[in-house]
Amino acid sequence: MSLRIFLAFLIVANVASAIGVVYARHEHRQLFVGFKQLIRERDELNIDFGRLQLEQATWAESNRIDQVARNRLGMVFPEADETVVVRP
Amino acid sequence: MPGSDKRAAGQGGFRALMGRVLQKGESRQKPRGRAQFNLRGRLAIVAGTLGLCSLTLLGRAFDLQVVDNDFYQAQGAARFLREVPIPTSRGMITDRNGEPLAVSTPVESIWANPQVLLKYPQRLPQLADALGVPVDHLTRKLSQRADKEFIYLQRRMMPEAAQAIVKLEIPGVFSQREYRRFYPQGDAIAQVLGFTNIDDRGQEGLELAFDEWLRGTPGAEKVIRDRRGRIVENVDLVRAAEPGKDLTLSLDRRIQFLAYRELRNALLEKGATSGSAVVLDVATGEVLAMVNLPSFNPNAVEGSDRDAHRNRSVTDLFEPGSTMKPITVAAALETHAITPQTKFDTNPGWIPNGRFRTNDTHNYGVLDTTGVITKSSNVGAAMIVHRLSDQTFYGYLRKLGYGQSTHSGFPGEAAGLFPSPDRWSGTSKQTMAYGYGLSVTPLQVAQAYAAIGNGGKMIAPTFVKGQRNEAHQVMDPVVANEVLRMMETVTLPGGTATQARILGYRVAGKTGTARKASAGGYARRYVAFFAGLVPASNPRFSMVVVINDPAPELAYVGGLVSAPVFHNVMDGALRLMDVAPDDLDAWLAAQAAAEAKRHPKTAAVTAGATQVAATQATTTAAPTPAATGALR
Repeated sequence: MSLRIFLAFLIVANVASAIGVVYARHEHRQLFVGFKQLIRERDELNIDFGRLQLEQATWAESNRIDQVARNRLGMVFPEADETVVVRP
Repeated sequence: MPGSDKRAAGQGGFRALMGRVLQKGESRQKPRGRAQFNLRGRLAIVAGTLGLCSLTLLGRAFDLQVVDNDFYQAQGAARFLREVPIPTSRGMITDRNGEPLAVSTPVESIWANPQVLLKYPQRLPQLADALGVPVDHLTRKLSQRADKEFIYLQRRMMPEAAQAIVKLEIPGVFSQREYRRFYPQGDAIAQVLGFTNIDDRGQEGLELAFDEWLRGTPGAEKVIRDRRGRIVENVDLVRAAEPGKDLTLSLDRRIQFLAYRELRNALLEKGATSGSAVVLDVATGEVLAMVNLPSFNPNAVEGSDRDAHRNRSVTDLFEPGSTMKPITVAAALETHAITPQTKFDTNPGWIPNGRFRTNDTHNYGVLDTTGVITKSSNVGAAMIVHRLSDQTFYGYLRKLGYGQSTHSGFPGEAAGLFPSPDRWSGTSKQTMAYGYGLSVTPLQVAQAYAAIGNGGKMIAPTFVKGQRNEAHQVMDPVVANEVLRMMETVTLPGGTATQARILGYRVAGKTGTARKASAGGYARRYVAFFAGLVPASNPRFSMVVVINDPAPELAYVGGLVSAPVFHNVMDGALRLMDVAPDDLDAWLAAQAAAEAKRHPKTAAVTAGATQVAATQATTTAAPTPAATGALR
């Protein structure tokens, strides 16, 4: 009798663990998909950031700044006699 | 027949029915005749055979499913599971202030499976149109590789253009993400950074030197793919992609550009063919700027002149000319062969050297040690070196890095040419005293000068911010200071490089003009050097300017060709790096003079008012915008 109960218990446990495995596997896939999604999002953001940095660096390229300052804005560097020196 | 059945039922339905029921056995056996076989036996055989068959099947099934399942599982997996690489980006290179100098950004490469694509020839014109190539060209390319499964159609397209092609949904055409390197600073810094190849691997310059550091490790993941190669499901991450690490260089983008601009202008103005400039931080050995001309656009390496790729500052060798003299003097001072006051009679402006002569440009008469530096007297330097033994002189120069690589870590760095005394000819020692007969890279000169400015401690230059190489005491601090004072006279009135003076700062430096060696002697072609240290009271920067092959009919001496570049770059660099002026009096004097010129009558009053304002003002920055405003 006790053997039968034990057997029944084993069968139930077996089925339960099988369902557990299936569930865990399913969850793993779900989480993995979510993980990939987040990774992709992070990459996209990183890429965007990189592009913006690149864009900024391109606009801020020294030669361009120099040209714009001199030609468009008419800026010049103050000569020595145009600078006021303040004794510390 | 239905008729006879009805009749029989009508004649005696009940009896017939009963009889059938009671004598079922006999009435059935009757038509079959003989009953001479064992029914049970037959059934057992059939059941047994069927049972055995199913047992065998079950057993085999069990065997395949549980015991020996590897083979078919592997076969199954091989039909849909794939390990695909995860691309990763190369690390960014920034300057010391975090400004990007090299950035990798994703692009798309279009690839095709020719085996699939060739089955749809009617789509080829559409594809060729989208790619912008002639149809027959594409067809030929595909049919040549008809048995392959992978072929790049176009690499490194802008992602938007690639997506448009993928959206056409031509069978067997896919896109793949790759990375491409962009250099926002363009040619100003091209040779130092180097560049990467199409697979984003470093090929030259710092991209090559730090390839391991910058390069990421691509990851891998398991995916399920369908028959057409589309990813159905991500199964597992085998290895996470490890993006490349960022690299912060010691270079300063602003000083770099300044040096580039000034060097370019000088080259144009003086008709020179090439040039280099190096700025070192004296205290740390960090390379703040390193420019070379001619340069190239690192964003479009193909088709550029290979000759322009070279980082001349570390690979090209020049005879250092008179920039050698302070080192010669230091060697003699340190061995107490001379003192700063020792007198040298340079009459009549030349001195024999074997069959040859060592000449000065003028006859400077009697000079003290400082005067030898100030006037850059070859004869004086020759007289000094004769007080030193060969081995002492050689050893001293070796200690200062001549004839050996600076160990900056730059790929392809040259060690220079500095033969040992046993290979010297009779004239070698005397010519070396003023910088002929040995070859150095501009970086080596900058390093040696930085050691003079750093109290005699030499530090190997580095390109990485924060990295500090070990310092070696190669020169007595007292001697270093004496030489520095002597070099200051070079930029004062009467020196050879008055154009290197910077208002508000004391400048120590040395000019150098070397005639270029050519077949059978020295040609009328020159290399113009200037090496300097600012501010001289406590040097922060060591800068070397080398201008190669200036047009001799315009100007060729270092003091006229290279010193102005030094002045312009250092003037900006000192301001950019917030170095306090150490010669305010000169500045105040210049200001008073300018005031006097503008308002001759009120000059005295204004000068006085400036003094009052100066004592009241708390910051030095405040008056600058006002001055700029007034100017505009």
